[in-house]
Amino acid sequence: MSAVPRESTGTPKEARAAWWLLAPALGAIVLFFALPVVAGLLLSFSDFDLYAIADPRNARFVGLGNYARLLRDPLFWKALGNTFLLVAVGGPLTLAVALGGALLVNSRLARLRGLYRTIFFAPVVTTLVAVAVVWRALYHPRFGLFNQILGLFGVPEIDWLGHPRWAMFAIVLLSVWRSFGYCLVILVAGLQAIPETLYEAARLDGASWWHQLRHVTLPLLRPTLVFAGVITTVGFFQLFAEPYVMTRGGPLNATLSIALLMYQQGFRWWNMGHAAAIAFTLFALILATSALQVGLRRREARR
Amino acid sequence: MKRRLLSIAVNAALLLAALLTLLPLAWMVSASFMPAGEANQLPPRYLPSAPTLVHYQTLFARLNLGRAFRNSLILATAITAVSVLCNSMAGYAFAKLRFRGRDRLFALLLLTLVVPPQVGMLPLFLELRALGLVNSFGGVLVAAIATVFGIFLVRQFALAIPDELLDAARIDGASEWRIYWTVVLPLLRPILVTLAVFTFLGSWNDFMWPLIVLTDERLQTLPVALANLSGEHVQDTELMMAGAVVTVLPVLVLFLAAQRQYLEGILMGGLKE
Repeated sequence: MSAVPRESTGTPKEARAAWWLLAPALGAIVLFFALPVVAGLLLSFSDFDLYAIADPRNARFVGLGNYARLLRDPLFWKALGNTFLLVAVGGPLTLAVALGGALLVNSRLARLRGLYRTIFFAPVVTTLVAVAVVWRALYHPRFGLFNQILGLFGVPEIDWLGHPRWAMFAIVLLSVWRSFGYCLVILVAGLQAIPETLYEAARLDGASWWHQLRHVTLPLLRPTLVFAGVITTVGFFQLFAEPYVMTRGGPLNATLSIALLMYQQGFRWWNMGHAAAIAFTLFALILATSALQVGLRRREARR
Repeated sequence: MKRRLLSIAVNAALLLAALLTLLPLAWMVSASFMPAGEANQLPPRYLPSAPTLVHYQTLFARLNLGRAFRNSLILATAITAVSVLCNSMAGYAFAKLRFRGRDRLFALLLLTLVVPPQVGMLPLFLELRALGLVNSFGGVLVAAIATVFGIFLVRQFALAIPDELLDAARIDGASEWRIYWTVVLPLLRPILVTLAVFTFLGSWNDFMWPLIVLTDERLQTLPVALANLSGEHVQDTELMMAGAVVTVLPVLVLFLAAQRQYLEGILMGGLKE
């Protein structure tokens, strides 16, 4: 970046001022973020529990014991499976809805584009707990609006939150509704960055709308799509408030997410060593996803 | 002719999608004004037969939601003030001041973005417990003093400040702090507004950390109080919708008032590579 002045040319006075200006922010990040993260790793190698909270000397080093226990814990596998299902269904669905919406909003035939962009974005800023309460009412099997509307088309009553097979899908739908606007705004900006001349050239060659989408829009939008995809994926990995409010992880643990399991183990049963191991497993999953993105990017850059 | 049809199709699709998006929020508002029981009856009602404010009165008079509202307001305001100040200082230093190790430190900071907040939550809770900050607003505040995203946002914006301006102030004998306060801060105003809106919305909507730290009922924020209420009043749909309106309305209004700045922040954050 050329706008950044070289760091070595400053006076000692300037450097001193810089460290004073950085001190509050860096101090807070070290004390209340970096330190806890490192301590979390240590915690995950211990059997820290309720007794250790009363007196830390009660905690013992157990090595990889917590991780080994996780591998044998059916509840953990259930939560892991649920979270992967969330990511695998919710991620692509969010992106697909956002892409469709972005293409419509960006269409030259569309009117009131600014208004639509605002409307689609509005759910993103709403309070998750509040909209989860609203959606729980909408999902009510008898009186809920969703079954009423589906009933008009002859769809039989669905027990959205009460049936293990539907409950996860119900949570995915709420999450898609709440987060697609974020991706949409990013994708619209990405679409607007594509030079109009490329489309003119394609049209001169007689390319259809579909051809333009496939050979101009999507390839050029790919970095934006990858970015939106990773942000969405990371969000689904950390899903917590929706199951906490709507189902408490039920029915039959069908909506138990990794973050909810960590919360229950750590802050309800105070099995903090066990919960720390869950948290670091979540971290590893997110890290792997980010690495996958960087890998995809690099391969693209080489082409 | 074909273009006319296509135009109608595009705009109809947009209208339908917008209505579907707004449907949950519209129903929330409508049901919050319905007399008790009307949201759960067949055939369904979409609008209240006789609009009433009784649920809002119940929430504030009997269920202490006003207290939770005040808690949320105090916390979000304090967090916004403190974190905008700290992030702007750090962001400016990273962008414009020259010191050894700066770029490596900034790269290290960006690297921490991949760490999900849940990873530090357990030890942070123990740390705050030792400091006596559990069950106090301080416990929520300290975790939000500075954010890497905020520092990044300010830095990107501050890069455009001309060095000549800062050097001229230095030649005039102004101290570095004075330069930051009187020259830099006014120039950073647009991005600070963006950051303030972001931070306020984020802390108003935050759920997991306040749920963990604030167990005392009198300190609970609006989302935590609403989640508790929703467990006790599953059947009182109209009451819960009023609670949801009270929680969501302030952030929606703030977003509509400052949406240009907010969306700019989203796009700056999205272009971070």
